Amino acid sequence: MNSLLLYALAGVGLFTLGLYALIVHAHLLRKILAINVMGSGVFLVLVALGGRTPGGAPDPVPHAMVITGIVVAVSATALALALLLRVQAKTGRTRFPEQGNIILKEY
Amino acid sequence: MNIADRRWLSLAFRWLLRLLLLLLAGGLAYAVLSLPDQAVGLTNRVAANLETSGVSNPVTAVLLNFRGYDTLLEMAVLLVALLGVWSLGIAVVPCRVDPEPVLSMLVGGLVPMMILMAGYLLWVGADAPGGAFQAGSVLAASGILLLLSCKRLPVRLPVWPLRLVLILGLATFVTVGAALLPVNGFFLQYPPGLAGALILFIEAAATLSIGVTLAALFLGGRPGPDA
Repeated sequence: MNSLLLYALAGVGLFTLGLYALIVHAHLLRKILAINVMGSGVFLVLVALGGRTPGGAPDPVPHAMVITGIVVAVSATALALALLLRVQAKTGRTRFPEQGNIILKEY
Repeated sequence: MNIADRRWLSLAFRWLLRLLLLLLAGGLAYAVLSLPDQAVGLTNRVAANLETSGVSNPVTAVLLNFRGYDTLLEMAVLLVALLGVWSLGIAVVPCRVDPEPVLSMLVGGLVPMMILMAGYLLWVGADAPGGAFQAGSVLAASGILLLLSCKRLPVRLPVWPLRLVLILGLATFVTVGAALLPVNGFFLQYPPGLAGALILFIEAAATLSIGVTLAALFLGGRPGPDA
């Protein structure tokens, strides 16, 4: 069990935690945060697996992909937050109208 | 269905969900653990071609040269996200009062340093960790600092210079790629001798665009008539 594997497994854990929060919480800000936690998990897995090279210098291709991914995640988050503010201004609520969804937490 | 029944059912569903997600996590962890301990990946191919890329930092070489399409489309994603935000409404200007003197002095000292830092990161990206995205983020942070501390520039600019800077990165990238099309026959392929200068040129334009786009995304709307 080396440390890179530990990082990759932590990434898997973050992804799953984020997915759980995304399903369970009704508040849209919590959903946006959950998607960001999931994304961080994916980035952690990619960076950790890119470090498994024999020479010691990490594989630059996954790292470049993570840099690209971070920028895309940031711009998607900004768009989601702007949409959330719009939903809140239009309806006064910060969640979608969902009836009968039994899993959602009420806060 | 009464309240107690509903609460019980909700609890049962949530435990079922946890169980399913635990299975998913187990499967993903198994996939990670079953990978070989050592993997060469593309390291050797990048190292073998590094000399033709014009830079000595392999991450920058991958971003701007070997996989230039990714970076080009990423600039487009940033621009499209900003267009989406702008289409939703007009930005709320954070404040209309003058900043306190201490805050004003602190910001006045920090922002030039941050712009200098962005320039350094851009330059050093050719052969050490750094590059257009890191420099652009620092630039955006200085812009957000200016916005949050209510500092206004003493001049009132029309909107079109802002729009010009926003598209500058993408436009430079596409123009350089297309201008070299007759030379190489491939889009976004630079001649090895010129590659270093071209990458720095594209990165400089991209840094400006990324910084301004991120700061504009922070505003959460298009600039209004009084911005």
